[in-house]
Amino acid sequence: MNKVADKLPIDITEIRKQFPILSQKVNGNPLIYFDNGATTQKPLSVINAIDNYYKTYNSNIHRGVHHLSVKATEAYEEARRTIQQFIGAEHEEEIIFAKGTTDAINLVAHSFSKAFIHEGDEIIISGMEHHSNIVPWQMACEERKAVLKVIPVLDNGEISIDDVQKLISDKTKIIAITHSSNTLGTNNPIEEIISIAKSKGIKTLIDGAQAIHHQPVNVKELDCDFYAFSGHKMYGPTGVGILYGKQELFKKMPPYQGGGDMIKTVTFEKTIYNDLPHKFEAGTPNIVGGIAVAEAAKWISSIGFDTIQQHDNEILNYATEKLSAIEGVKIYGTSKKKGPVISFLIDNIHPFDLGTILDQLGIAVRTGHHCTEPLMDRFKIPGTVRASFAIYNTLEEVDVFIDGVKKAKKMLS
Amino acid sequence: MTIEEKQNQIIDEFSMFSDWMEKYEYIIELGKDLPLIDAQYKTPENIIKGCQSQVWLHADLVDGKIVFTADSDAVITKGIISLLISVLSGHSPKEVAEAELFFIDKIGLKEHLSPTRSNGLLSMVKQMKMYGIAFQAKV
Repeated sequence: MNKVADKLPIDITEIRKQFPILSQKVNGNPLIYFDNGATTQKPLSVINAIDNYYKTYNSNIHRGVHHLSVKATEAYEEARRTIQQFIGAEHEEEIIFAKGTTDAINLVAHSFSKAFIHEGDEIIISGMEHHSNIVPWQMACEERKAVLKVIPVLDNGEISIDDVQKLISDKTKIIAITHSSNTLGTNNPIEEIISIAKSKGIKTLIDGAQAIHHQPVNVKELDCDFYAFSGHKMYGPTGVGILYGKQELFKKMPPYQGGGDMIKTVTFEKTIYNDLPHKFEAGTPNIVGGIAVAEAAKWISSIGFDTIQQHDNEILNYATEKLSAIEGVKIYGTSKKKGPVISFLIDNIHPFDLGTILDQLGIAVRTGHHCTEPLMDRFKIPGTVRASFAIYNTLEEVDVFIDGVKKAKKMLS
Repeated sequence: MTIEEKQNQIIDEFSMFSDWMEKYEYIIELGKDLPLIDAQYKTPENIIKGCQSQVWLHADLVDGKIVFTADSDAVITKGIISLLISVLSGHSPKEVAEAELFFIDKIGLKEHLSPTRSNGLLSMVKQMKMYGIAFQAKV
């Protein structure tokens, strides 16, 4: 262990051993995976949970009388309780398994709007939202003849509470905002926003896709109405996500999709819908996904958020300092309250070119608009190069990345 | 030179590079030689939008041969376009339409022409061939 690694609060070598994928070479160089904002790699405990499910108890859940079905059902419902504890929800009925954050937001945009949004009502989002927290609301506005209002993004990548207050009117029904920006890294002041919204009877949806594995989230303390996140960005599998919602609200919302599992009784004359949470979970769910995402939550808890946040800050500050020292580098998103994400450009080098050279060096970063086109328009840029970090990344990797950026800059200037 | 001979020549040139850096430095250089599209043709109709980089392409029919001009906002994309144009420009519409492009794969740039790259290059090759088909009616 050398000096650089000693700065970190944990033994990352031990953590890396739990991620088999990280020990490979790409284009002849050791893989450096800095594309964690897109998806994280999976630890052995998650991989083994998936393997074990298919090897020993794969079966369809709910209403089955046989051994395997009972076992799978118990595991799936236990997973729901694990997630409930992980985010501090009061009731397990408040945890809905979805396909991902996008699916979860679509569910709310559809069902909440159907129950509560009427012609002329207003929905507020921010200018840094991922397309998945823009488009469902645009669709809802079109459907309900409502109006979409956007909180402007400031030059440092933050939003101002004054601007939020200015946008709120007596027609505002819901504020949907990201907890942490996937492009800028900004952690939004959601506590304040939720409290303002609550005082005016406005509902809130928090897109937690980029926050859930970087900071402790307690939905009861936050007092948000909805909180959505994805399994695959928190060391779990793809195809599963979670929608938390307050029970009383969920009860008033109509189902999103119809089918098996979401019903109590079906006749051709009238169907009675099932109770929560099943009312919002039509069809055979991603059973193994639910079980594995709970395993991922347990894995995160075993590391602990104190350690995670120390690591995040250490690596973010180190990389920001090193990158800023390179002439011509401009970082987009310079808020002091940031998750471990750095979006940047160098002079007029195109992000695609920079990303291509870094890939040759075995370094995985994301280039492009990061599904935040309006945000790119706001900064008048075509896209950025984004390095986003996870618990298994090291300061040595940052050093190699910085050398790579310098090399690429030399080749492309 | 035929389209096939031109491709073989490029493969020979690229076989001399000992590492990826030399190869990419050469591609970046090639980008500077790209026959640039005239400003009047750099219109939204001529844009081939990729998720990552975009490409503008124009074609003229001169004495029965297609002459391509293009541009891109990314220099590596520009270099690869330059290679594609050097291979296909100056040939008859039929030759362009029927050309089998094997050199990209052989010089280790296959990933740049895969749909996952989304840099506009795959669509550009299709568009070049479309010009070949469209111009066949004119000659």
